[in-house]
Amino acid sequence: MPTIVIDGEPYDVDGDKNLLETCLQLDKDLPYFCWHPAMGSVGSCRQCAVTQYQDENDERGRMVMSCMTPITDGMIVSLKDEATQEFRDSCIETVMTNHPHDCPVCEEGGECHLQDMTNMSGHTQRVYQGPKRTHRNQDLGPFINHEMNRCIACYRCVRYYQDYVGDTDLQAQGSGAKVFFGRHKDGALESEFSGNLVEVCPTGVFTDKTFSKHFVRKWDLQSAPSVCMHCAIGCNTSPGERNGTLRRIVNRYNGDVNGYFLCDRGRFGYDFVNDQRRLAEPLVQQGDSLDSTDRDDALAQYANLSADCEVIGIGSPRASLEANFALQQLVGEDNFYSGLASSEQALHQTSLTVLESTSALIASLRQVEQADAVLVLGEDILNTAPRLALAVKQATKNLGLNMAADARIPSWQAAAVKNLAQNQRSPLFMLTPAATRMDSIAQSCHNDVPANLARLGMAIANAIDGGAPGVNDLDDQEKELVAVIAETLKGASKPLVISGSGCFDVAVVQAAANISRALAAENDKAAIHLVLPEVNSLGLAMLCSKKPEADLNAAMKRTVDQVNGQAAVVVLENDLYRRAGKGLVDDFFDAAQSVVVIDSFHNDTTARAQLALPAATFAESEGTMVSSEARAQRYFAVHNTEGYVASSWKWLAELNKSVSWTHLDQLTAACANSSPLLAGITLAAPDREFRLNDQKVARQSHRYSGRGSATAHISVNETRVAQDDESALAFSMEGRQSNLPPALQPGIWSPGWNSNEAINKFQDEIGGHLKGGDPGIRLLDKATAGTQSGWFDSIPQKSMPGSQGYRLVPLHHIFGSEEFSSGSNAIAQRSPKPYAALCAADASALEVDQQGWLKVELNSGQWTLSVAVDDSLPRGVLGLPSGLTGLGGLQGAAYGGSASISKTQSPVIASDQTSGGGE
Amino acid sequence: METPLTQNIGPGKAPPNLAQYQANGGYEGLRNALNVSPEAAMDVVKESNLSGRGGAGFPTGLKWSFVPSGENSPTPKYLVANGDEMEPGTFKDRLLVEGDPHQLIEGMIISAYAIGASVGFIFLRCEYVLAAERCEKAIAECLENNLLGKDILGSGFDFELYVHGSAGRYICGEETALINSLEGRRANPRAKPPFPQVSGLWGKPTVVNNVETLCNVPHILRNGAEWYQNLGIGADSGTKLYGASGRVKTPGTWELPLGVPVRDLIEKHGGGMQDGYKMKGFLPGGGSTDFLTGEHLDLPMNYESIGKAGSRMGTGQLIIMDDQVCPVGMVLNLIQFFAQESCGWCTPCRDGLPQIQHLLEKLERGEGSWEELETLAEFPRFLGPGNTFCALAPGAVEPLQSALKYFKDDFDNHIKQKCCPYG
Amino acid sequence: MTQVISSDRVGPGGILSPQEIEEINADLSHYEDNQAVCIDALKIVQKHRGWVSDECVEAIADYLKISAAAVEGVATFYNLIYREPVGKKVIRVCDSVSCWVMGYETVRDRLKSELGIEYGETTADGEFTLLPGPCMGACDHAPVVMVDNDLHEDVDESKVKAIVEHYKP
Ligand SMILES: Cc1cc2nc3c(=O)[nH]c(=O)nc-3n(C[C@H](O)[C@H](O)[C@H](O)COP(=O)(O)O)c2cc1C
Ligand code: SF4
Ligand code: FES
Repeated sequence: MPTIVIDGEPYDVDGDKNLLETCLQLDKDLPYFCWHPAMGSVGSCRQCAVTQYQDENDERGRMVMSCMTPITDGMIVSLKDEATQEFRDSCIETVMTNHPHDCPVCEEGGECHLQDMTNMSGHTQRVYQGPKRTHRNQDLGPFINHEMNRCIACYRCVRYYQDYVGDTDLQAQGSGAKVFFGRHKDGALESEFSGNLVEVCPTGVFTDKTFSKHFVRKWDLQSAPSVCMHCAIGCNTSPGERNGTLRRIVNRYNGDVNGYFLCDRGRFGYDFVNDQRRLAEPLVQQGDSLDSTDRDDALAQYANLSADCEVIGIGSPRASLEANFALQQLVGEDNFYSGLASSEQALHQTSLTVLESTSALIASLRQVEQADAVLVLGEDILNTAPRLALAVKQATKNLGLNMAADARIPSWQAAAVKNLAQNQRSPLFMLTPAATRMDSIAQSCHNDVPANLARLGMAIANAIDGGAPGVNDLDDQEKELVAVIAETLKGASKPLVISGSGCFDVAVVQAAANISRALAAENDKAAIHLVLPEVNSLGLAMLCSKKPEADLNAAMKRTVDQVNGQAAVVVLENDLYRRAGKGLVDDFFDAAQSVVVIDSFHNDTTARAQLALPAATFAESEGTMVSSEARAQRYFAVHNTEGYVASSWKWLAELNKSVSWTHLDQLTAACANSSPLLAGITLAAPDREFRLNDQKVARQSHRYSGRGSATAHISVNETRVAQDDESALAFSMEGRQSNLPPALQPGIWSPGWNSNEAINKFQDEIGGHLKGGDPGIRLLDKATAGTQSGWFDSIPQKSMPGSQGYRLVPLHHIFGSEEFSSGSNAIAQRSPKPYAALCAADASALEVDQQGWLKVELNSGQWTLSVAVDDSLPRGVLGLPSGLTGLGGLQGAAYGGSASISKTQSPVIASDQTSGGGE
Repeated sequence: METPLTQNIGPGKAPPNLAQYQANGGYEGLRNALNVSPEAAMDVVKESNLSGRGGAGFPTGLKWSFVPSGENSPTPKYLVANGDEMEPGTFKDRLLVEGDPHQLIEGMIISAYAIGASVGFIFLRCEYVLAAERCEKAIAECLENNLLGKDILGSGFDFELYVHGSAGRYICGEETALINSLEGRRANPRAKPPFPQVSGLWGKPTVVNNVETLCNVPHILRNGAEWYQNLGIGADSGTKLYGASGRVKTPGTWELPLGVPVRDLIEKHGGGMQDGYKMKGFLPGGGSTDFLTGEHLDLPMNYESIGKAGSRMGTGQLIIMDDQVCPVGMVLNLIQFFAQESCGWCTPCRDGLPQIQHLLEKLERGEGSWEELETLAEFPRFLGPGNTFCALAPGAVEPLQSALKYFKDDFDNHIKQKCCPYG
Repeated sequence: MTQVISSDRVGPGGILSPQEIEEINADLSHYEDNQAVCIDALKIVQKHRGWVSDECVEAIADYLKISAAAVEGVATFYNLIYREPVGKKVIRVCDSVSCWVMGYETVRDRLKSELGIEYGETTADGEFTLLPGPCMGACDHAPVVMVDNDLHEDVDESKVKAIVEHYKP
């Protein structure tokens, strides 16, 4: 370990880092702009200058950019040397000559890295009195504002956008002092990760447009540690609230999971919480309508509705473990059903079985980033688990990093590494039903129907380990592909297999399991990641693992066949019309004596309820979710519920006369006790009793303003601060603000560091884990894996699309396929309209083109859809978007089956409907 | 006096075609080089003490020796001739390329052989259309005669050569920015290390040499290192294309032994000042060098002595400031150029130069203040060497810092008289 | 349906003419990747059309399979890619130091009055655009003016009219 001297003090430091990182890690305040912990150094802003001395006798020293300076043993530097302090001051002064004096109206104000660095550098007096350069701003779509006059040209945005993410529609333009960062013309940014620009930009050029609509200063936001609800990756977030409205989401660093970045679905999908369609009060059926009622009446209604009959509980992968468990306890284990159609249930149980018994590592996103060869089997990760895709993109850079290491170029020398590697990447293989936006960085990609992809996967496993079952009758091209992939994965030091339920095909998951097993036999770094569709899909699968057959179809069958008219059905946070065909669900509800629904929104299912209980969303409740890497994570209410709205688990606890759960912790503990799989969940975060120096943790900042006047229009008396009985967090500015356990950290702030850049102060090393450990607890890993299961050996039949109608494959959309975020306006603006995709040859055989319309008939229904030509689809394959509003009734079960399609006329379009919808 | 670089060049003289060039000893140097190993060819250049003519005077042989060699070294390797020549007041490379393209090409083939490069580019500034045409023509001749392409003259050595015209940008002359430009990117410079010799064009080992530097190479290989050393005066090797512009009687470019006195350039070759004009100062080597004055006329024009006098020899092309132009205006003109040409990558240069420009404009109009003059005087240090990402900005402020040293009165007078004293 | 990425280097190229495409292809042959041809492609299009329109930026991007923003980033970086229409002839007046010392201003002013336009403007008949330009590497013959690719040396006020006349249709 090298020793260096900073301003006379010796320090033992990590020699792999640059001097800037080293100083920050030593808790020194040194200003910087262009360097970013995830993106390395390029030395453009010159803000991080320090003085370096040749030896003890050198008194003048020479100025160096600390971000571009490697550590050498014995080096002597000064941060306090007057000449460099002055230089840093002048640098700020210089960028400020063009920066507008608009902090009071700038949305970055109060969490602006430029403000922080200006303070830090000591710059106060500006003498420049000349004109400032001005720019025309662009419309960058519904997510991001553009205010180029504030730009200080640190080049972070384009480096993030191009180098880190790999998208190309945001570029530096012009030159000299007129350099401009934008698109070539107005239009929505194409990247799925554009929202991170808001945090990457050190000033107010790129700000959150959804936040603008209801903007408040960061210090006036009340925040809580939360988990993203929009896919199964479980990114950690910090949502902010003010006056009962959820205002925005920002990233909450988790070294194992999301690191510094979120996807746009996660950042901009929050607004559904504020939606008009929220259930605000309990509703009771009166004749044909649903009328509001109060809490006590609602509870009494439930007692009536459930009296003297069986109660059947339908759980949900979008509800917390605790809520699902409370329902399970309310109705009894025998009457609890997962709320997933059989096909999905089978898929998720298979995934769980694989993860429980895997001999490979279950890859966290950090581990994904370290992989040096990646096979993605069947999953369109950019659309089903976007943050995972961003991690895979990083993994493809490992070849370049290795080349750099060989050339003795440090990994943080970002531009040099990139220049050396040019277009060379670590191998990524994309085997998916249709082309994806990841393909351009793949070594090769292959599109086919899921069954055939599964066969390829099985064959790859067999090629790696002859013990795995083999596949006959592959064609020559497939054989060659299999050989290349098997060889590459086998030769890699950290091979990774990614698959998931996106194809709605169990065999695909099984094939991935076989590959990872084959790899793990020889390589203890081999890893697997299985994508699940929803935030708590894996948690629900764990809860249901003892009775995997207890799925939604079983519940329906039982209700219709056995207890017809004699069962009350309680549905927890689940719109069953998204899970099963309309006819089936209608029959189910018809056969039930009564339907009780607990949910946050009006939807087709609540419309069938005799009693609907208003549930809190993630923003007003707390609970535990299990992500696809089997990480149990706790999320906490950002603000208190209003009126009769209550957490689902609270409603369920109240409905249950046989238990006396008054706190979430009791439920969490009971749930943990219910299954060895879930035993760890109590450790996901400190419990409600937790105190730091006898204090709770404050959700509000020191500077939270206007508490006394927030309700002054109702009463001049200051209202009592809402109490949080469920966690160690307080809805208040009173309480601890520092040295918090990471799982309880509401947001990031440190003296002098008001932006999210403050995270440096909370990490054990820059870009590493959080001090105190990254939040969440892994429930499964290969170490915990029990008995190794055998090979999966059922190999699907070769599928010959086109032989019997069109073979249906699902197409996923980051914006539109997911239920919660579709309810957010900005996301809805980016969502596609329903369509039917097929290859050009099929389209011309059907005599339709991109402007045409198709009638699509399935067992479960029929739709008139506009044509989308996607030439990556094999002949005889029909791609239909999954989960889109307007395609209600098209469930996972339909995929893999066949459809008949025919050309049709454009539908008569109602004035407010621009494209074909479901029927 | 021998003038090997310009032996084929003269006013109104068409460039020699291949036959004419060869008749005058052309491609002998190449044959000599191909007869020995690449290492031996490189050694001759090292011994010759040839130093780079691009401005910094770095020893060429030493620069080449950083290129990784051997079987496992990365391939392909690239050689680039830097003919961007956008330094204000500089017009020597144009003469060489337009006047004798085969000389440059021969120099490139030999250099490529020495460093193991298989592909070369002649990077020419946009305006040098005639030069580009003549290079293309010469390249075609070489291809026909097995001087370029595969197995050159039966030696087993392959070398392809292309002409690349710039799209106009001073920063493209900076070697790493030039590499980005060749890759079709924005010409921001790259950080060093890694040096281009290790990771340059498309991440591969690359040598960038000035046109004039490369034009010396055929002669060194033809006549030997010792001959070359003796061309210069004193410790300096070789000849140099010197030049002068401004109000001298016969402005132009001349090939002279490296190390001639400054006075010779102005008085002998430049013919002295035009009638009615006196020399007030001069920039010794292009627009990005510090002013020198009459007291420096007897200095030998070489890297060392000009450096010691507080300036740089740069391109060796003098810009003469006479007594009838305003030094403030001249500095402003230069600063305008550099502010316009700043690539926009690093803060001090991108946003500092426009500030200097603004202050100078005010001053020149007679609207400046003493405080502003003080502020102005702080900038050269702020944009000094090491403070910016590349050498553009430090060069840009050299005229300013030296003008403040030698012509401070002129600055003061603008404030005192509230106008430009030169009218 | 296996596709190996980046096998085919070029896309359709929209409005590019066959001539332009042929010239771009000639350059493609000796560079490592398509990005490298970006500047040449812009210059080729400009050679044929006088300037580079938005549509041309998109067409080049389309043909080279790089993003329009990347082409725009390059096009706007370099001085001599015109992103706005120019006259049939572009007159550039060197305004750098040697020409300045030699009093280029009189030449500039004379050009302006002769043409009746300011810097950055185009004559009403669409013939000439007048621009300032950096040092043109002919300082020993300052002041200099370039009309398209023709260099005019040792220009003074008196020669301006003849130069302009020479290029008039
Ligand atoms: C801003 C700037 C502009 C430059 N312009 C040129 C140029 O036009 N021609 C040139 O040969 N070198 C130029 N150089 C120097 C080159 O970076 C490089 O040092 C040179 O081409 C090396 O050639 P040499 O070793 O043969 O001297 C410039 C450097 C800087 C910093
Ligand atoms: S000093 Fe900085 S901004 Fe100026 S040209 Fe060099 S890199 Fe670009
Ligand atoms: S952070 Fe070091 S130069 Fe920008």
